[in-house]
Amino acid sequence: MSARVIHVCNIGKRYQIGQRERYQSLRDAIMKTVAAPLRWSKRLIEKATLGDGSTAQTIWALRDVNFDVKAGEVVGVVGRNGAGKSTLLKVLSRITEPTEGRIELHGRVGSLLEVGTGFHPELTGRENIYLNGAILGMSKAEITRKFDEIVAFAEVERFLDTVVKHYSSGMYMRLAFGVAAHLDPDILLVDEVLAVGDMSFQKKCLGKMEQVAKTGRTVLLVSHNMGAIRGLCQRALMIEAGQLVADGPPDEVINKYLGASGEAGFDLSNGQASADPLVFTKVLLRNRQGETTTEFKPGDSLTVEIHFHAHERIEQPHFWIGILSQYGPLLSASQLFDGHRPDHVEGSGRIRCTFHSLPLVPQTYTLRIGARAANGATPIVPTQEAGFFSVSGRMRDFGLLSENADSLAWESAPVLIPYTWHMPDGLEIKVHAFTRSGTTS
Amino acid sequence: MHLSSTEASRTVHLDPPSTTTTPPLVIEPTHGWRTLDFKELWRYRELLFFLTWRDVSVRYKQTVLGVAWAVIQPLFIMIVFTIFFGRLGGIDQKIGKELSYSLFAFSGLLPWMLFAYALTEVSKSMVTNRNLITKVYFPRLIVPLAPLLSGLVDFAIAAVLFTGMMVWYQVTPGWPIILLPFFILMALITSLAVGLWLAALNAIYRDVQYTLTFLTQLWMFLTPIAYPSTIVPEQWRWLYGLNPMAGVVDGFRWALFGTAPPGPMMAASFVMMLLLLVGGLYYFRRMERTFADVV
Repeated sequence: MSARVIHVCNIGKRYQIGQRERYQSLRDAIMKTVAAPLRWSKRLIEKATLGDGSTAQTIWALRDVNFDVKAGEVVGVVGRNGAGKSTLLKVLSRITEPTEGRIELHGRVGSLLEVGTGFHPELTGRENIYLNGAILGMSKAEITRKFDEIVAFAEVERFLDTVVKHYSSGMYMRLAFGVAAHLDPDILLVDEVLAVGDMSFQKKCLGKMEQVAKTGRTVLLVSHNMGAIRGLCQRALMIEAGQLVADGPPDEVINKYLGASGEAGFDLSNGQASADPLVFTKVLLRNRQGETTTEFKPGDSLTVEIHFHAHERIEQPHFWIGILSQYGPLLSASQLFDGHRPDHVEGSGRIRCTFHSLPLVPQTYTLRIGARAANGATPIVPTQEAGFFSVSGRMRDFGLLSENADSLAWESAPVLIPYTWHMPDGLEIKVHAFTRSGTTS
Repeated sequence: MHLSSTEASRTVHLDPPSTTTTPPLVIEPTHGWRTLDFKELWRYRELLFFLTWRDVSVRYKQTVLGVAWAVIQPLFIMIVFTIFFGRLGGIDQKIGKELSYSLFAFSGLLPWMLFAYALTEVSKSMVTNRNLITKVYFPRLIVPLAPLLSGLVDFAIAAVLFTGMMVWYQVTPGWPIILLPFFILMALITSLAVGLWLAALNAIYRDVQYTLTFLTQLWMFLTPIAYPSTIVPEQWRWLYGLNPMAGVVDGFRWALFGTAPPGPMMAASFVMMLLLLVGGLYYFRRMERTFADVV
């Protein structure tokens, strides 16, 4: 039995509403102090009515979270934006203090909440390696020892003495991840750092993460990338509204997560009044049979149904839908491109778009939606992640016959279209990937 | 936790992590007084060094005159002071015949510039380093400590010019010169003490940033830089000494020129400095819990 390295007991974190959003001015503070007795009495009344220590001005970003992690476990954390995943990592990495509860950590902790923390644009690559390393908790001797490895990983040998503000964003990310990847903690806390960079870079990062996981380090990984969680983790946690609602094998937890969000549709109304002229209220995903689901088969058709509410009459808006894989943007249906758009929208309504014969391999995909004004440039609603869906199915059923096809699928290129091999001996082999009749000949 | 110990990381590098031997790191909400963890600060000394080094190298990287700035500022203030306060204002009559007013003024500007720079940078430090504070853990105190060290670099450059002036005016310091480091330290601690208050406040209320210029200007005239502290009536000098920088500047002049040795005024300055430091540390540590949430 391996030792317990993370022990989280009844952790809670309370924020004051507005505290995270913006700083105050002294004038506000003075006004508050003057108004304090009044508010205090009001709060007492609220406390008496609500009775759980949360007042109208505070919210619990995390509450009653309990879990243990054993040495060598790689644990994924899933949940929607604002569910409390990042707060959990911030508390675990001691960036902010919990309001209640207790955490025990055994071993050296490294946290990676952002790639390139503390990079300074005016310093050279070499200088930033040392600075960033020190910030992440490495000693100078340690950085010197790993320096060559970091440089090789980042592929920036020729630009070591160039100021990083002249780096391309790709080089910058590679260097930043290079330093972070060579952090050697017993416990590694990672927040969504794989969401950046180009595809080959992301593969490299995933590879490095796998390596880290294999050396017996304990990893806690927050990600929207279900593929990465499926592939890297032995266990997953799901957080919703600050509470731990699922803890188990990744497949189970991910299904629960997708199911919870998916069957009734993805609810996008966050209960707050919006100043935008248009709001998306709900998104439903339907399969070929028209059933609401988040599980699709390769070759299936996917209908995205967007419910919206326009607060005013909007002339000729452009709607667009993007499908993202773990590697980034993949497919889109955009009225900015195709030029077809509604004459106007007003009040509540819906728009649907069907993607025919999804040529996607079994992975998890993210849906992103947005809308722009008639001029095609001004967003009339913030671009948002509207939902997730996964494609699953046995590759063999679709004419991909390799024994490893199923296990390779999660990290392969996501799109497969029919292709033909012309073998050295003149034999011609057609692979009709994902067209329902797909077989080899 | 051996966050920066090389041995620990070396073993980590070779073997699977041994996690049961070291006592666990416990994270709990803290209440009331929090003592300073000097051991932890010491473990993070390299980070302090890197942050200082970053500040110094970045500061001079995009300037045309570079390090000359460290000299230009006190030099020009000294010239203006010499003409207006020294000559036209007649203060050069009040500082003793054997001492040149320029040297006198510069000796006050030297610790003052160090103090003013450190105070400004310490006060702004939590905000300028917010990207670190919200993303990585390290003892927060490292952030306001770094500007103290980078201020010393400018100070050293200005001190070279000052030494040249001492030679030019043929002034030889007596034995009190050995106490000069003490007064430098006092200037730094004062800037840290006040800066900690302001840094913690600035993290929440950005107004602080805008009052800094005003504050340092006002403070400069409350400090005996352009004039000697002897123009303050004897019975009020202890009150005047409640400005710790008054004690620092007088101490500097005593150490360099052998003017009047420190008296009650210095005592007042010293006690005030300690009080401000304890208060500043307490306030900073109290606010530290929520810096990442509010900054």
